[in-house]
Amino acid sequence: MQEIVQYLFSGITTGAVYAVIAVGLSMLYSSTELINFAHGEFVMIGALVMVTLWVRIGLPLPLAMAGAVGAGCVSGLVFERFAIRTARNPEPITLIIITVGAGIFLKGAAMIIWGKDPFSMPAFSSHESIEIFGAALLPQSIWIVSAALVLAGGIHLFLKQTLTGKAMVACAVNKKAAWLSGIPSEKMGILAFGISTGCGAVAGIFIAPITMSAYDMGTILGLKGFCAAMIGGLGSLWGAFAGGLLLGILESLGAGLISSGLKDAIAFVLLLLILYIRPGGLFAAKEAKRF
Amino acid sequence: MKQKNLVVAILVTILWILPVSGGMAANVYKIGGIFSVTGRASFLGDPEKKTMEMMVERINAAGGIDGHMLEAVIYDSEGDPAKAVSAVNKLIHKDKVIAIIGPSTTPTTLAVVNFTKRANVPLISCAAGIKITTPVDPWVFKTAQSDLLAVAAVYQQMKAAGIKKIGILTVSNAYGESGKKQLLDQAEKFGIQVVLNESFGAKDTDTTTQLAKIKAAGPDAIVCWGTNPGPAVVAKNAKQLKIDIPLYQSHGVGSPKFIELAGDAANGNILPTGKILVTSLLDDSDPQKKVLEDYQNAYENKFSGNVSGFGGYAYDAVNLLAGALKDSNGDKEKIRDNLEATKGYVGATGEFNFTPQDHNGLSPDAFVMVEIKDGTWTLLK
Repeated sequence: MQEIVQYLFSGITTGAVYAVIAVGLSMLYSSTELINFAHGEFVMIGALVMVTLWVRIGLPLPLAMAGAVGAGCVSGLVFERFAIRTARNPEPITLIIITVGAGIFLKGAAMIIWGKDPFSMPAFSSHESIEIFGAALLPQSIWIVSAALVLAGGIHLFLKQTLTGKAMVACAVNKKAAWLSGIPSEKMGILAFGISTGCGAVAGIFIAPITMSAYDMGTILGLKGFCAAMIGGLGSLWGAFAGGLLLGILESLGAGLISSGLKDAIAFVLLLLILYIRPGGLFAAKEAKRF
Repeated sequence: MKQKNLVVAILVTILWILPVSGGMAANVYKIGGIFSVTGRASFLGDPEKKTMEMMVERINAAGGIDGHMLEAVIYDSEGDPAKAVSAVNKLIHKDKVIAIIGPSTTPTTLAVVNFTKRANVPLISCAAGIKITTPVDPWVFKTAQSDLLAVAAVYQQMKAAGIKKIGILTVSNAYGESGKKQLLDQAEKFGIQVVLNESFGAKDTDTTTQLAKIKAAGPDAIVCWGTNPGPAVVAKNAKQLKIDIPLYQSHGVGSPKFIELAGDAANGNILPTGKILVTSLLDDSDPQKKVLEDYQNAYENKFSGNVSGFGGYAYDAVNLLAGALKDSNGDKEKIRDNLEATKGYVGATGEFNFTPQDHNGLSPDAFVMVEIKDGTWTLLK
């Protein structure tokens, strides 16, 4: 019993990280139909900038966080401007391959800037873990889960309540119609890019204290986030969120109850099963593929 | 007519010079190096390459070997077996080296041994994997301590501390798998029972699940086998889960980086390590102390950054090769025979005694057990 609770805590923590990454990916997909395979690299940028600003330079925590998210957004915008928008032939497959290449570039650039050694970062709050049913809950887990909830809730409100958000949804539903009714659809795409990569950076900031940050941490996280978004249904905000949590919990339970050697295999087999039974993902209704 | 004569004269001169310059080159002993200078294993290959260059320079400054200067041709494998293979082919066929040092990692070494064997070129690997020298191949040697010895050192220490039951947690890559095999194989010999064996991914962000499972199995100690940064995550998680049994790490984390990464959580961790990490703590009677101090000073004077045990593998490889080159006249067969006959060479890694059955030549003494206390290493025993 005690172990199962521990597995759940562990799974929810990892799952919340996947959820934040998946939300960013999904958000970009629904407004631009682009799957950004460089998304994981923005997680890495968030984590490494956070280490630099908070640990090296010693900025106060909120300021360092803002700086790291800002770095994620800005590098996302630069990426959009120079890698995506300059593509002559904006077929989805071309763009996807561009993102793969840009991911490799970002990883290489980070290796030059930060070097190859991993960095460690202290937790945001006191290190003592809280005991619930004999299982240890790390304070950083609470941070991560709340950050994921706040972020997803914020994006939800933004899309449903603000004019800009509604305009973005309109672009997602029909770009041409939105453009005809006076919505600057190109700007909306850029905005979606900035928000999406910002989300990636947020994920990086919050996992930096529980893991080690290095230039090559992003790729696998991006893939897991992609997996989570697929489970939940690409393009669905809460679907991506739930997909992330589900993936994290399944991984952890799989490792704990069956075998840690098969951890990733279990998660990916489940993904295949889910996609086989519900090709659109668990939470995507057939007619409403988008937000 | 005159012009024609001139052309002939030039041609003759060229033809006359060519074999001479070829003859000059034979005076130089060309040795090859393949290291993971960049890429994921650069922490191994970078100091190894620097050390090899430094040692070759040193030997040449002292007049070379039997009057022959050494020339090092070094390629970067980037830790990629395919690139290591193309490097070894270049070394054998284009550069025509008489011996090769490296590669830095087990997978790259295993990829190249077939080529060096076929070309009858002696290879001194700097990688740890036991598969490199078991079964023994006449042409393949290595200087890094095998996992076999590291596990033996850990188990000796456990036996002395009265630890009977252990849980093991290994990283799911070649390093971890090899460690796991040794841990399982040797346990019985030391009267130790492995109650649970779990693994984690090299890039995992969290290992609390595995640790909780091991904790529930109730062992006397946990052994984590991996290279940075995974074991630092394990150490942190173990502290967060308030696991109070000893945590043993492998020699793969024997660098100041581990203490930096794991912070407070590193305290109390016990691990086997090459002596280079604790040179200043060694007893003055230890024959390796002088060698290590010499290498450390030379390296740190020449390059920025601290010396690491990994560079020590190349240090020993160059010295062993230099010893074997003596009286060999550049004959590969002779170099191999000399290497195999090397006895009592005290190096940075340990004392080497090669035999036809043992091409690693080290004993568990090549490791010392250390405990991390207050963020620094302390010698156990």
